[in-house]
Amino acid sequence: MNALPCTIYVSFTGALLALLAGRVSAAAARWVALATAVTAWGLTLSAAAHFVPAAAVQTLVDAPWVPTLGIRYHLAADGISLTLVVLTGLAATAGILFSWNIKERTGEFFALYLALIGGVYGVFLSADVFLLFVFYEIAIVPKYFLIANWGSTRREYGAMKLALYSFAGSALVLLGVLWAYAAGGSHGFGLTDLATAAAGFTRGEQIAMFALVFLGFAVLAGMFPFHTWAPTGHVAAPTGASMLLAGVVMKLGAYGCLRVALPLFPIGFAFWQPCIAWLAIIGILYAGFVALVQDDFKFVIGYSSVSHMGFVLLGLAAANVRAASGAVLQMFSHGVIAGLLFAVVGRMVYERTHTRKLADLRLLPLHRLLPFAAVTFVLAGLASMGMPGFSGFPAELTILIGVWTTSRIWALAAAVGVLVAAAFTLRAIQVSFFGKVETAGESPAPADHAHPLDPITLPEKLGTVLLLGATILIGLKPDLLLGWITPALQSPFFQTVLKGGTP
Amino acid sequence: MNLLLSAIIFVPWAGALLLLLLKNAGARTTRGLALLFSLSTLVLGLLSLGSFEPARAGLQLVENRDWISSLHVHYHLGLDGLSLLLVLLTGIVGPAALAAGSGNVRDHRLYAALFLLLQGAALGVFLAQDFFLWFVFWELSLVPAYFLIRLWGGPDATRAAYQFVIYTIGGSAFMLLGFAAIYAAVGTLDFVELAQLGAAGTLAKALGGLATFVFVGVFLGLAVKVPLFPFHTWLPAAYAEAPTGASMFLTGVMSKMGVYGFLRILWPLFPAQLHAAAPCLIWLALAGVVFGAFAAMKQTDLKRMVAYSSVNHVSYCLLALFAVSASALGAGAPASPSALSGALLQMFNHGLSAAALFFCVGILETRSGGQRGLNDFGGVRTAAPVFAGLCGIALFSSLGLPGLNGFVGEFLIFRGVFGLAPAVGALATLGLLATAIFLLTFYQRVFHGPTTARTAGFRDLTAGELASLAPLIGLMFLFGVLPQILAGLFNPLVTAWTTLP
Amino acid sequence: MNPPDYAGLARALLPEAALVLGALLVLGLDLLFFRKHSRESRLRSAVAIGALAVVAAIGLNLRVGDAGSVFGGVLVLDPLAVAARVGVLLLTLLTFGVATGTAPLRHPAEYIAIILFATVGFTLMAAAQQLLLVFLALELASLSLYVLVGFDHARPESAEAALKYFLFGGMSAAFLLFGFSLLYGLTGSIDLPAIGAVLAKHDPQPLLLVALTMVLVAFGFKAAAAPFHLWAPDAYQGAPTPSAALLASGSKLAGLTLFVRLLWPGLGSVAGHINPKYISPGWLPVVVLLAVASLLVGNFAALAQTNIRRLLAYSAIAHAGVMLVGVMIAGSAGFAPLFYYAATYGISTVGAFGVIAVLEGRGGCQRITDLAGLHRRSPLLAGCLLVFVLSLAGIPPLAGFFGKFYIFADALSIGGATGEIGGATGPVGRVAVLAILLSAVAFYYYLAVLKQALVAPPAEGAAPVRVPLAAALTLVVAAVLLVLLGLFPTVLINGF
Repeated sequence: MNALPCTIYVSFTGALLALLAGRVSAAAARWVALATAVTAWGLTLSAAAHFVPAAAVQTLVDAPWVPTLGIRYHLAADGISLTLVVLTGLAATAGILFSWNIKERTGEFFALYLALIGGVYGVFLSADVFLLFVFYEIAIVPKYFLIANWGSTRREYGAMKLALYSFAGSALVLLGVLWAYAAGGSHGFGLTDLATAAAGFTRGEQIAMFALVFLGFAVLAGMFPFHTWAPTGHVAAPTGASMLLAGVVMKLGAYGCLRVALPLFPIGFAFWQPCIAWLAIIGILYAGFVALVQDDFKFVIGYSSVSHMGFVLLGLAAANVRAASGAVLQMFSHGVIAGLLFAVVGRMVYERTHTRKLADLRLLPLHRLLPFAAVTFVLAGLASMGMPGFSGFPAELTILIGVWTTSRIWALAAAVGVLVAAAFTLRAIQVSFFGKVETAGESPAPADHAHPLDPITLPEKLGTVLLLGATILIGLKPDLLLGWITPALQSPFFQTVLKGGTP
Repeated sequence: MNLLLSAIIFVPWAGALLLLLLKNAGARTTRGLALLFSLSTLVLGLLSLGSFEPARAGLQLVENRDWISSLHVHYHLGLDGLSLLLVLLTGIVGPAALAAGSGNVRDHRLYAALFLLLQGAALGVFLAQDFFLWFVFWELSLVPAYFLIRLWGGPDATRAAYQFVIYTIGGSAFMLLGFAAIYAAVGTLDFVELAQLGAAGTLAKALGGLATFVFVGVFLGLAVKVPLFPFHTWLPAAYAEAPTGASMFLTGVMSKMGVYGFLRILWPLFPAQLHAAAPCLIWLALAGVVFGAFAAMKQTDLKRMVAYSSVNHVSYCLLALFAVSASALGAGAPASPSALSGALLQMFNHGLSAAALFFCVGILETRSGGQRGLNDFGGVRTAAPVFAGLCGIALFSSLGLPGLNGFVGEFLIFRGVFGLAPAVGALATLGLLATAIFLLTFYQRVFHGPTTARTAGFRDLTAGELASLAPLIGLMFLFGVLPQILAGLFNPLVTAWTTLP
Repeated sequence: MNPPDYAGLARALLPEAALVLGALLVLGLDLLFFRKHSRESRLRSAVAIGALAVVAAIGLNLRVGDAGSVFGGVLVLDPLAVAARVGVLLLTLLTFGVATGTAPLRHPAEYIAIILFATVGFTLMAAAQQLLLVFLALELASLSLYVLVGFDHARPESAEAALKYFLFGGMSAAFLLFGFSLLYGLTGSIDLPAIGAVLAKHDPQPLLLVALTMVLVAFGFKAAAAPFHLWAPDAYQGAPTPSAALLASGSKLAGLTLFVRLLWPGLGSVAGHINPKYISPGWLPVVVLLAVASLLVGNFAALAQTNIRRLLAYSAIAHAGVMLVGVMIAGSAGFAPLFYYAATYGISTVGAFGVIAVLEGRGGCQRITDLAGLHRRSPLLAGCLLVFVLSLAGIPPLAGFFGKFYIFADALSIGGATGEIGGATGPVGRVAVLAILLSAVAFYYYLAVLKQALVAPPAEGAAPVRVPLAAALTLVVAAVLLVLLGLFPTVLINGF
């Protein structure tokens, strides 16, 4: 456990090293990046291996930082953090494998990439809101440059939109947190301190503060109607970055909602609860329907992320241990699955065919040209649909069970969402990879020798195996994660807002 | 702990995996291996039959292990007469369907692998006794089915496959919600425990005012799969566009998954709700029986005709179930055992006969270069007497000729339904009538009459085809004459159902 | 009355003496020895001597330390004064570094000497506690700055900027003097503590309001707060780059120190009130208005800029708005937030101008698009610019972030004597809320700058940029300072 803070330091150091290595050669930068990501992931896994599930948050480092303001350098972890740092390590490693073909400014790419990862680790491990906010903002800047420099389709627009939404969201968070800090007597930014202080606030204050903090974080989680940055940004981003952005960075928002907004302002939350739930549901359905009519393959995936994050938000809005544990599980699951989907679309397909238009792709017998990509996409698509056997299913089921106990109507609407997800995923599978299929009796189409597509490379295969393995493992054994998550949610800290101590 | 049931499910999957890995194996090897793995079901099914004690009504050969403790999910497999019946059916139809498709299928390795995946998933559905596990197989069965239709299907396969999956998942989504609600209420997903709660009425009490709502959700999921009228619209396209082997398996085995779900889940869990709804539902089942038959009569495409006849036949099973449930006395009514036994037999028999019919249509289609119109043939009997004979037997089995297997099931159903709901029974005979008409028309137009240019050179059955078809036909005779072989498996179960307090 | 303590005065003014000596040395040595040398080497030697003088001044300042009131209260060497003097001296040092990066002007030694004179003005401003000295220090600094802005004879914009700045500045000086004279007339004293004591005893008179208005208008001009900001964009655009850097950094830090000392210890009792229920006259309502106007004008006008210097000018106006929040809360929260903010803002803005200066010497840098492809032309400059601009935008872990955070946190949480102005619902709290929300707007134009520098491809034929060693060192030091001060803000704020 105590090695977890090193994930942050390792990542930032790796960023510097990658920058320097990039001056030597692109390959050096790649290997440095991979070594860094694997080391950090290894640290999270070893922490996971020694983790004893407990309700209490386990402090890793705690030192005064700015005593004048009561700010502490306080890193801590519980089962939720652990789940998400393991996800971060996994997604980062896979993302680097899928970025193996970055040729331009390789060192800078991986430096920014690792800096982003370092920020993400930091957010998941912070127990001081100021510190959390610092890491949260550190993660914003690399996103912009990753997209603007190495992206595709309208990358500068997408990057700017994404960065501005993130930053505007963080400004709201800052406002809410500062207000709570000030109203609570300016004693400190520790989560528990703030929660204690917030217990004394008036209802009006709680309602307003919750709105600020939650909205700020929810923007990053892609809550409708503040989700529009997500599809554009993720589509514009280079593959490795889309994987990380959709896979992990969106989770920062959801994590912030769960870790900061909800437990600090339970009364404020109670006021906004229906509103959040309905926005989440609208997000699930709206993004699903939009995904159903996209003509750009990557936009389908982009909107699917919004739809899936809607489940996370709905799980949080239901505010019981069951639903919240499902939401965290869904965060993990979506992180892995979105990574896979973006990997197939952005890296395996787009960089070989140079088109993402479904109308063009349907003319190619892609399942013959790229059978590996086809199988991967089918499996990832199934996982994304919530097919049993993959991680999405236990997550969605847990959320549904939890949501049901809070509100039947929400659960019903979410079930419709499951159906919509199946519809657009299936359509994407069908049109992209199986658009042109020889009908029975016809001989197989001769391989198109004029434009042979490059074979799938080893790093791509490795990355795929990692991610697929994770989603299947968690699909079959969700206990691995739920066993960490549930006790954490049963802690007194969360019990102020989550109901149902024993699921 | 006995691993026999796990073996039944996972041996076909292991076969699929093996096939996928054997990239360079020759066509003969893959064919042989695929068939071998497919046959494993029959072998293992018979093995389990050996250790099965027919006199006991409860689950046997149970495997029950912890799986997901945070959801109290268990890896729970079990076998009773109902499951065994369907496992055996899968064991028979599966290899036949696989063999039927293997002659002229491109990418046979992939085809066979998907087929084995489908077979394993179907077996999982019949053996799983925990909703979570059951749902895994239930949903996973869609995937290979989708690809079998999509990749090897006819010209309109894209739409058909999409519709098939979306309809089914649509139903499943509501069923999933229903079980989420059940879990939230009682904290278990185990069928056995839930059935006990259902029988005691505790489940409905725990769900409170939402029992009906949950019932509707679960009902929808199952009704789409069966399919019950009016949720059947996906079926004709899917069956018609699928390649022959897949059609055989879809109609022979997968349509039973829905009926099985009604018997295993809906009926035991929601006896009161089903009782309340059955007077309405029975009319839906009746509509399926009658409209299915009349729609089949209007078809000129043979494959669609057989597809609609499936709607008709499967609806009989539900007709019987609803009739039992609707009756004031419930399962205790004197006619109930007859109706239920009929329904179970009908499931098995329809599996055999419909698979055989799709096989025959498939042969017509390949021999004629893709033609399968009712009026495209004529005089096939002269050119291919053996084929004509066997196909005729399948047709007569399907229309319920005494002496063949179809008769026993339908007879028992009608006997039961007349006893329970005479009016419905009477109207259902319309379906019988229409069935007779279109099946005879089929036989007459295709096999009799003058030989056309197309059918003149019609080759008779090859040895391989005969090997697929003959066992099915043989079993039709066997179970036509000795239905008690099957009935013996589930009689104690039916007795147990009908003697419930 | 005690006899004047000349020895104490001399001790307190040692840093200024070092600076003046340095300036004279720069001029003299240049006149005597370097006239024949190239401009570059003249600049180098001038900068070397000037830098030595500044370093000596810093050392002397630290040795003198916290000496309290000096010479009957003319000067005060409290922690704020010491820190502010070190601050402006360091910023001058960085400005020298910037000067080495740019192409030398016609009279490099004079240029450096005038910068040193301006610095003397700054250090005096930082410590002045008597209206007369305040005015003298301010004018010393201002006159030097007018010359510095107009120093580039080759460019007419420079002269234009100087003229504009001079006219505005001269007028503001007149306002200030008028205001001061009224203050003296009302209180009979020119010592700030004495003025404060008198004002606290009497009810405010109408004439006092006139005096306050005059003083505030003058400071509005000096601090480039809206609506008195009009000279700033032109001056930033036209001035030689090091002049602009000094204008934005040292001048601002010194001016704000002076301002906050004047307003709180001197005029604190007539701050007035502003809250939803009533507004009582005083300077506080006016400063609130100035802050709001600066935030709005600065941030929104910056969005429309295509010239990098004008953009920095408007960003400076926006930052002035935040600094005014710092001024308003200084009465109860102390000087630390304001000082931290102004100092780190100075570092980042000097850094940004430093990058511009280096580019200026190699082909010009006026439009934002002139930065295009900087990451290829000079990764070092691009990296440093990233740090400076992000610090201006307030992104952690850079110092600009903590500065903002500190001011906002205090603005929202102050209670006590001025409790009614702070807090989330008080007027100053409201301004802080506005500032936080506008930071998202600011992020946009800062990113637009970085987009050119780090994303856009270089223009056709743009050559790689060679960065002079001294300039490179300066920029790196500034960047490292921003990171370190951001990570360990206690270094700066614990002294108060």
